[in-house]
Amino acid sequence: MRRLNFRRSGALVGLAIASVAALTACGTAGGGSGGGASGAPTDELGDYEDAVSILAWPGYVEDGSNDPDVDWVTPFEEETGCQVTAKYYGTSDEALSLMKSGGYDVVAASGDLTLRLVAGDLVQPVNTDLIPNYENVYDFLKDKSWNSVDGQPYGVPHGYGANLLMYNTDVVQPAPTSWDVVFDRAAEFSGKVTAYDSPIYIADAAVYLMAHKPELGIENPYALDETQLAAAVDLLKAQRQHIGEYWGDYLKEIQAFESGTSVVGTTWQVIQNSITTGNTEVVLPEEGATGWSDTWMIASDAEAPNCAYAWLNYIASPEANAAATQYFGEAPSSQEACEFRDDCEAYHAGDAEYAEQIWYWSTPIAECLDGRTDVQCTDYSQWTAAWQEIKG
Amino acid sequence: MRLSRLSKGVLGALTAAVLAIVYIPLLVVVLNSFSTSQTFAWPPPGFTLEWWARAARSQGALDAIGTSVIVALAATAVSLVLGTLISLALQRYEFFGRSTVNLLVILPIALPGIITGIALNNFFRTIAGVQLSLLTLIVAHATFCIVTVFNNVLARLRRTGTRLEEASADLGAGVWTTFRLVTFPQLRSALLAGGLLAFALSFDEIIVTTFTAGTGVQTLPIWILNNVFRPNQAPVVNVVAVVLILVSIIPIAIAQKLAGPESGTPRASAGRAARSR
Amino acid sequence: MSATTSTRRHSVSAFLFEHARLRLALLLTAPLFWLGLVYIVALAALLVTAFWTVDSFTGEVRIEWTLDNIVTVLTASVYQSVTLRTVGIALLVTVIDILLALPIAFFMAKVAGPRLQRALVIAVLTPLWASYLVKAYSWRTVLSPEGLFAWLVEPIGGSSPGYGIPATVITLSYLWLPYVILPIYAGLERVPDSLLDASSDLGAKPWRTVRSVVLPLLYPAVIAGSIFSFSLTLGDYIAVSIVGGANQMLGNLVYTNVGTANNLPLAAAAALIPIAIIMVYLAAVRRTGALDNL
Repeated sequence: MRRLNFRRSGALVGLAIASVAALTACGTAGGGSGGGASGAPTDELGDYEDAVSILAWPGYVEDGSNDPDVDWVTPFEEETGCQVTAKYYGTSDEALSLMKSGGYDVVAASGDLTLRLVAGDLVQPVNTDLIPNYENVYDFLKDKSWNSVDGQPYGVPHGYGANLLMYNTDVVQPAPTSWDVVFDRAAEFSGKVTAYDSPIYIADAAVYLMAHKPELGIENPYALDETQLAAAVDLLKAQRQHIGEYWGDYLKEIQAFESGTSVVGTTWQVIQNSITTGNTEVVLPEEGATGWSDTWMIASDAEAPNCAYAWLNYIASPEANAAATQYFGEAPSSQEACEFRDDCEAYHAGDAEYAEQIWYWSTPIAECLDGRTDVQCTDYSQWTAAWQEIKG
Repeated sequence: MRLSRLSKGVLGALTAAVLAIVYIPLLVVVLNSFSTSQTFAWPPPGFTLEWWARAARSQGALDAIGTSVIVALAATAVSLVLGTLISLALQRYEFFGRSTVNLLVILPIALPGIITGIALNNFFRTIAGVQLSLLTLIVAHATFCIVTVFNNVLARLRRTGTRLEEASADLGAGVWTTFRLVTFPQLRSALLAGGLLAFALSFDEIIVTTFTAGTGVQTLPIWILNNVFRPNQAPVVNVVAVVLILVSIIPIAIAQKLAGPESGTPRASAGRAARSR
Repeated sequence: MSATTSTRRHSVSAFLFEHARLRLALLLTAPLFWLGLVYIVALAALLVTAFWTVDSFTGEVRIEWTLDNIVTVLTASVYQSVTLRTVGIALLVTVIDILLALPIAFFMAKVAGPRLQRALVIAVLTPLWASYLVKAYSWRTVLSPEGLFAWLVEPIGGSSPGYGIPATVITLSYLWLPYVILPIYAGLERVPDSLLDASSDLGAKPWRTVRSVVLPLLYPAVIAGSIFSFSLTLGDYIAVSIVGGANQMLGNLVYTNVGTANNLPLAAAAALIPIAIIMVYLAAVRRTGALDNL
């Protein structure tokens, strides 16, 4: 979900590289090209190639060129001799089109992209026996609908996180346990409520409605029929009256809470960690929350499969995984990684019960994700139009 | 018009006040580049040189500046040639569709950058069928930079008239020789002003760049955009901005000096930097 | 260089000299090729796309003629209210910039000595080199509830306007000010001092001179400056998301349609609004000669 950051409407974050993608992104979700999609995974590995080409979110493959102290690529290069070239993308749509153009060995994909890559034959099944560090990965991240098909893993989980509720402890008392402070009770903090600036935030409203309006019958916040979407839109329009500002990048959100411009709203754990004023708290409300979980995958036509496997293993290794997920501000994929981080507790890393409450982000499509076949669900373009209307 | 001392004083005070407002946010940027707060809290909670040290070691920033300079130089070169040609045509000849051509040059800066951006992106990918790259970015930048050169050269041509060129022709000089020895020297400072503005325009452009640069092409504004949203990098961006402001004074001052008083100012279209947005 | 080349060159030159039309054609070919091929074709293709549709399953643009996008843009209340808001902000920014630019440009052109004049031009141009994002974020800091602005005005009972439309207007006025000052300054420089002297010799007070002589002459330059502030504001979508609170502008709608929804046809339809507004504006100011003053 964090990446939504990069695809948000306001352009701030992913703007950089993003929009190009959006234009380029003519992703066919279903159409497999070429053959042998579900061919068996590799049995054994050979010698390392000279180079490996990686496609990832900004901040996932840092080689020290942005900040010399932030570098987990160089040790990998020294260890394996695989020279890393990284390309960053701004949206999942852009990543899909880049993967189609070919030339990448490894890709870091979010929940909305993984299955499209699998369906398009663009990534290969992964033999986790060849990835020793896979064993350490939290069980609750393995064999999930967004990283495996029929029990066959297509990648290695990287990091995950939840979109939490943050509040100013001076203003919001007693400590909230429900999202109602930003919905039904938003009037109490009118003008100082904040929300994430993206159509996908509609899912947050849906999570709230699942708990408070069971008669709507929402089973999955990313599978809303027209009536359910309308209910979420109404809720968000009512909220809009009390919104001070929407946020899309964490710099804006940190400033807003530090200066008191916002006192309650959605946030990420990394934002709470960065706030220095000490009068904010975060909570995973009782209704649950939305969140994200990413997967490292190998291209089906990878020219450097051995280096690719090496990277998947390396980035799942405790030290590298700790460095990368800490820099990005999310929970690591294994308990061992926590030994290289001092903030695992803050991210509830490894807390399976906590992770259960997260609705990991998926792209809403017409074919209902909750399995309903008697009704058409609303897709992301309808969500976008609705979001524009909500903001007004 | 004889202005009273009072009116001059009032004008001077207004000018000073406006400039003060213009420089206050820049001053804040300078202060924040030394502030211990990573999110620009006010007032700055403490002093540190860490961001400056980090910026100095940032290879990414240096590379991005290099890319920006290449793009800006190439776009400026193209716009110098095209802008000069078109202003000569418009100033020296009467022809059908003259005002349409004039509008055509202005359009890329008058229309919002996002429109130029998505139009060119669509054109490159679907009509021209090329991959976005450094080259497509240069083409896009040159397109909206033409107008700065055009405006400066056109104004100069209007002021200088054609008498010298006619004299040159009467004395037997060919078209080339006349251009080389008469027209071009008259245009030199206007070309300098227009070129400088074209460079500035290209250098700070974000929106069109977003839509027309290849994914691996990172200009400075794009680097800034990416780094404002990387953990702990925002203050480094401030440092880069401060350095740019300081460094930029040099070319502007040189251009001013070279252009000299007789040349007038860079014409506003300069502005188009605006387009940058 | 051989004599033949030189002769041939000479004859080409003579030929060109004889044929003004040919010279014109040679001058215009390259630039028109560039602008026409790259820009006009691109723009036309975008506008045509507005009448097409997107396959919601594959996300590909489908050539299937429809007026749906145009109808959406014209009838949806969100487009109407956002258009009104955006045009309002653009007009306000333009007026503020002109009011700020007039005295400073006048001072630069008519009061300051050559040395000061040069320094002032540099002072006006320098902020252009600080990145747009850096400046916008700087205003976010300045306007925050405990920021510099509040800090300065609190002693006199004021407070920061907070984030919203006023903050957006302030930030955009700030960002575009140099682009408005420069054409007005250039325009003023072209007003001969002798004309001003004549006016006052005829007994006009300075204010009368400004009103009856300077402003009419300056009109095209002011319009030229306004084109910048107006059109740049009309297309902006970044500043408003940094300091605009919960508001969105036309640029956001266009951007969201293409960047988030991946719906180029709808984005193209939305882009027609600013294009139409700018075209009307350009047509209206065309006869003032402002376009020559850009």
